[in-house]
Amino acid sequence: MEVKDMLTRIPVREQEPEVRAHNFEEVCYGYNEEEAMAEASRCLKCKNPRCVSGCPVSIDIPSFIKEVEEGNFEAAYHVISKYSALPAVCGRVCPQESQCESKCIRGIKGDAVSIGKLERFVADWAAEHGIKPKEAEAKNGHKVAVIGSGPSGLTCAGDLAKLGYDVTIFEALHEAGGVLVYGIPEFRLPKEKVVAKEVENVRALGVKIETNVIVGRSITIDELLDEEGFEAVFIGSGAGLPRFMGIPGENANGVFSANEYLTRSNLMKAFRDDHDTPIVAGKKVAVVGGGNVAMDAARTALRLGAEVHIVYRRSEEELPARVEEVHHAKQEGIQFDVLTNPTEILVDENGWVKGIRCIRMELGEPDESGRRRPIEVEGSEFEMDVDTVIMSLGTSPNPLISSTTKGLEINRRKCIVAEEATGKTSKEAVYAGGDAVTGAATVILAMGAGKHAAKAIDEFLSNKDA
Amino acid sequence: MFKIAKKQQLSNSIYLMDVVAPRVAKSCYPGQFVIVKMDENGERIPLTICDYDREAQTVTIVFQAVGASTRKMAEYEEGDSFRDFVGPLGQESELVEKTDEELQNLNILFVAGGVGTAPVYPQVKYLRGRGIKADCIIGARNKDLIILEDAMKEVAENVYVTTDDGSYGMKGNVNDCIKHLVHNENKKYDLVVAIGPVIMMKFVSLLTKELNIPTIVSMNPIMVDGTGMCGACRLTVGGEVKFACVDGPEFDGHLVDFDESMKRQQMYKTEEGRALLREKEGETHHHGGCGCGGDK
Repeated sequence: MEVKDMLTRIPVREQEPEVRAHNFEEVCYGYNEEEAMAEASRCLKCKNPRCVSGCPVSIDIPSFIKEVEEGNFEAAYHVISKYSALPAVCGRVCPQESQCESKCIRGIKGDAVSIGKLERFVADWAAEHGIKPKEAEAKNGHKVAVIGSGPSGLTCAGDLAKLGYDVTIFEALHEAGGVLVYGIPEFRLPKEKVVAKEVENVRALGVKIETNVIVGRSITIDELLDEEGFEAVFIGSGAGLPRFMGIPGENANGVFSANEYLTRSNLMKAFRDDHDTPIVAGKKVAVVGGGNVAMDAARTALRLGAEVHIVYRRSEEELPARVEEVHHAKQEGIQFDVLTNPTEILVDENGWVKGIRCIRMELGEPDESGRRRPIEVEGSEFEMDVDTVIMSLGTSPNPLISSTTKGLEINRRKCIVAEEATGKTSKEAVYAGGDAVTGAATVILAMGAGKHAAKAIDEFLSNKDA
Repeated sequence: MFKIAKKQQLSNSIYLMDVVAPRVAKSCYPGQFVIVKMDENGERIPLTICDYDREAQTVTIVFQAVGASTRKMAEYEEGDSFRDFVGPLGQESELVEKTDEELQNLNILFVAGGVGTAPVYPQVKYLRGRGIKADCIIGARNKDLIILEDAMKEVAENVYVTTDDGSYGMKGNVNDCIKHLVHNENKKYDLVVAIGPVIMMKFVSLLTKELNIPTIVSMNPIMVDGTGMCGACRLTVGGEVKFACVDGPEFDGHLVDFDESMKRQQMYKTEEGRALLREKEGETHHHGGCGCGGDK
């Protein structure tokens, strides 16, 4: 394949919007070998690659892209897997446009190199060809417990296993993957083809995963350290608690947290007829919020057959979701009601949602987040006729672990206090990272935290030996 | 996998199972619950813990086969295994936190409705273990739905059985029995713990408010994960929104908004009914001949 215009990236093939609006198959098809090699040839292989500094896990991007360009896909995989345990996931859900790709020199005059799509291609190619990451040569006999099998936990566990540690992950749910299985939908991140395979790769490194263990209930961190022989613990338990607005009618039937809606569909596979868990599809759905999770909930409801509105209190410019997600949602027919905020859920006599009362908003001066503060427009209330409301207002960490662990400090937002560079907490031998520390953020930031903590745990245990 | 060590049919539709679950058996207390997922495609079903044996590493569950999922569960036999069994979930009963002295000064009446007798049993047994004897009313629609009577008699001071249709024990509902004990037998209770159908807990709470007896109820709403993640189990207690899975399942019966909880329990009724129809009739009703559009 010849590249005609070095300034323009090779386009990636996608499912047509009108088709994909009715199925749960993956939206983006990804590059084939030819397309990937052509796109890789656009990389300038900078001596001081700025893209690497934009990557929270510092993948050697120019090296893997060089291997792709030359058709050495297996070698490219081994470059990436040195840094990342989840390349097929990251290639799909990382906000590359604001990380590695935002630093690409190509992006100054034209399109940045499609680093994310290349990463995804390499990971998918390796999975198709049965290539696994390399296991540690020698075990060192030290036991480390990792709590939570989401992005930070899998990364921390994988890195420690590569160093020879005997790692066990404890997962509260019945499936490993954390937000990758309960939160992000199938059409963005296929569960069997991508998530299960990457989890399998972490297992292939020697990591044990015990599901159905709720740390804080089934066992405590102190018991893991004192009774089960673990020498260090990494907490990567995420931010799982949903927020609600606190407006009248919020407990009506037909009001769901995005967490519940997505968990039913993604983890419990309620969208499939052969699974027992029910889901209320809704005919006309309002999703309140404007983040990636709101887009995921909206596009799920759409695929279940509903007319879907995103209701967001600021303007389109402030939408926190990735541009690509907003773009995909619009293509599929999601309607955006911006500068609109619900004030009450209207409920019928049987306790079901029959509508929402909203108020128009306008933007005032910037607030502490730097975005312009939304202000209610007086007298602008109106009613929207909906039968289902999905609240997607962000999540906060679960206090289950912090409240049952002696000497573990948390801040006023219930996040675990941990050093950014090491994940070290106020409790000896206990490290933490990901959303449990930062509050809801991205997959790759959580992975970066898991990586830093793995390094710090290794140093801690090595020093203990000496 | 979690093996079923023992299965016992307690009535026409109510089953008891001892399940081997070492981590749960080691750490659970009365008042808490577990979530069972039978197989790959199953629902996550919350069930209150009925008993536990720390040495045998088993946890006892009791369930009534009413919906599609619980009927399927009833088909599991000794030696079969559940794919997932997670817990303990929720807060332990407040009684666990109380000192022996505090407990000795309490005259406690347990009110168990139907299959709700199962979660009452471990609490009465636990108290007995600490030298406290409580009274217990077991109520149900009819004789067939009265369960665990003999087991309860072994651990309670007095057991009073009442059935709506009078087919066994006293005739009347549990409130008739409470009134009888308080008014006719001059019983003095400092605390009522009522566990059963929401409607029963509502009316018991209304009565005990009149009688000025503090009352604890155990809520069993719809939930998915059971760890605070989904918020499906939210209810209103004293004007505040609570999650039954992490804040409960036990709450002050005089503060719970039972009417709201009853409405929320209806949420998936139709879907569950549909699942049962699909199971019973298989593909037969997708033909469209009945005019239901494939969905009865």
